[in-house]
Amino acid sequence: MPNAISKDEALKAYHEMLLIRRFEERAGQLYGMGLIAGFCHLYSGQEAVVVGIQSILKPQDTVITAYRDHGHMLACEMDPKGVMAELTGRSGGYSKGKGGSMHMFSREKNFFGGHGIVGAQVPIGTGLAFAHKYKEDGGVCITYMGDGAANQGQVYESYNMASLWKLPVVYVVENNHYGMGTSVERSSAGPNYYGRGQGWGIPGELVDGMELLKVKEAARRAVDYARSGKGPYILEMDTYRYRGHSMSDPAKYRSKEEVEGVKEKRDPIDHFRTYMLKTLKIPEDQIKDIEEEIKTVVLEAVEFAKTSPEPDPSELYTDVLKEGENV
Amino acid sequence: MTLISMTVREALRDAMAEEIRRDETVFLMGEEVAEYNGAYKVSQGLLDEFGPKRIVDTPITEHGFAGLGVGAAFGGLRPIIEFMTFNFSMQAMDQIINSAAKTLYMSGGQMGCPIVFRGPNGAASRVGAQHSHCFASLYAHCPGLKVISPYSAGDAKALLKAAIRDPNPVIFLENELLYGQHFDDVSDDPDHVLPIGKALVRREGKDVTLTAFSIMVGKALQAADLLAEQGIEAEVIDLRTIRPLDTETIVQSVKKTNRIVSIEESWPFAGIGSEIAALMMEQAFDYLDAPLIRVTGADVPMPYAANLEHLALPQVETIVEAAKTACYRTPS
Ligand SMILES: Cc1ncc(C[n+]2csc(CCOP(=O)(O)OP(=O)(O)O)c2C)c(N)n1
Ligand SMILES: [Mg+2]
Repeated sequence: MPNAISKDEALKAYHEMLLIRRFEERAGQLYGMGLIAGFCHLYSGQEAVVVGIQSILKPQDTVITAYRDHGHMLACEMDPKGVMAELTGRSGGYSKGKGGSMHMFSREKNFFGGHGIVGAQVPIGTGLAFAHKYKEDGGVCITYMGDGAANQGQVYESYNMASLWKLPVVYVVENNHYGMGTSVERSSAGPNYYGRGQGWGIPGELVDGMELLKVKEAARRAVDYARSGKGPYILEMDTYRYRGHSMSDPAKYRSKEEVEGVKEKRDPIDHFRTYMLKTLKIPEDQIKDIEEEIKTVVLEAVEFAKTSPEPDPSELYTDVLKEGENV
Repeated sequence: MTLISMTVREALRDAMAEEIRRDETVFLMGEEVAEYNGAYKVSQGLLDEFGPKRIVDTPITEHGFAGLGVGAAFGGLRPIIEFMTFNFSMQAMDQIINSAAKTLYMSGGQMGCPIVFRGPNGAASRVGAQHSHCFASLYAHCPGLKVISPYSAGDAKALLKAAIRDPNPVIFLENELLYGQHFDDVSDDPDHVLPIGKALVRREGKDVTLTAFSIMVGKALQAADLLAEQGIEAEVIDLRTIRPLDTETIVQSVKKTNRIVSIEESWPFAGIGSEIAALMMEQAFDYLDAPLIRVTGADVPMPYAANLEHLALPQVETIVEAAKTACYRTPS
């Protein structure tokens, strides 16, 4: 049987997952040093979800998520320098320093944010899918949400419209088992998110979100389905966040053993590294080269984020409205 | 009654605890209010004392639990609905305005909705545009609501208790940056409540009136100190309640000072300052020696960058300059 992934694809996926992990570690440090402020939500532990899904997308596809968005942006191939500089609130950031960690966008990469209001991205993603269908551009919108967000009413209003109008949208519920300090058992009656589209005829799947290959496989099914005009699809990703909800959360609602257990047994990056070595027989040196390269990329991003100047004071009043009329 | 020192956070908690103890229909509901003891630890210890029937953790469904609170109030209970921050009340605004605020009137006085919506309001620090919204003017726009926004711990406690006992929907706007601040003005008497709708003159002065609420009261008081060094005696009015506004106290002050500066952290257009300006035109025109000056936040969504955020918010120096302008002094 051929391998589920080519060596080149594997190296690329490993590169992206590790980039996210190392990027987030540095972001955490910069927060500790006071260079990043406000809310900062790290993606560590969930890397396989976004990397697996993004790996099968086409250039015209669109992506939207909430505030735990650094991983999504890096997986959309946004420049780590621009992302890190937004975290430090500098002019070289993707939003010129005006958005911050939770509010970043890239038209060029079809990344539509970066949203701070839990659940609000879900109807917006549905609207992006509406535009794909309207314009007949063959695109699909990937709309990410958390297990907590999945309880917002607008999610179900979206499911109904998406199914009614057969919109090309894949809803990805990143079930990391907690919304802030509340476990899914305490927030959700019948916490099976993949089945929540049933009433509207939306197919769903539960996927091991810590296994890159499983994510990729399921994403292909879901995206093909949506792209073929059949309508929306729900993927529930069973995953885990390693850090507190944000930098100010000591995460006392879960045990150290629980966190360590996941890191030890299910770490998406360790697992995939072993797979590359044992199954794909990729020489360890090649993997180490990637690891070295990422160190440099992340250090450069940090350096850029520290030295990029603050936005010019005149930027306070720009970008509120577009200039001109009828343009 | 003795006055004791505590933080605003503790004062709010004590207010809720006393009212929940006093009246079995009072309960607290919101995201992370119970097991996590509040996202900002305002409900610290309440679950331990009152149990999960009275202190209820919700899913992240603001529109749902705000509406549920309204229904519970119609049904004879007295809900305290916490928004983790008021930014998220935007999800629930329809229930607050269309259901809570209007139903007494629409029912010809039958229904009534004794409910408190509370939580931190306005800018915290570096949390960006979607998490820095001040709702004072938005909610104060609506008949059928009362809107309170206290500064000190003592006021926070006595006014939250008044809000819980009030038979109407009350929007209670707190401030995250004030939570940790100590004040020596907290009454230990569980029956001490303050009337809603009464401002407080926090500093007397004869030259210019400064009106402010919530965190801006502290800035106004600091500005008054600096102004005193320059020979200007500012009178600082802590509005405490935004709706109904204590116009009487402001007019009395303006009759004495003949000059007024209004201070708020939110946007200028149709803000609290605009309302005060209109009221002064109507009720104190003959006493004004200078036009009212509004000190407000910049008319933009809140930027994240440190330097821009600083520029977007009223600073003590901005208030000092505005007061001097109102007094026709040359700016420093
Ligand atoms: C409408 C709204 N309510 C509350 C919040 C505060 N809040 C931010 S993140 C969060 C938890 C969300 O959990 P989940 O959807 O599971 O995503 P995760 O953080 O686990 O990625 C809450 C309650 C918010 N930002 N928006
Ligand atoms: Mg979650």
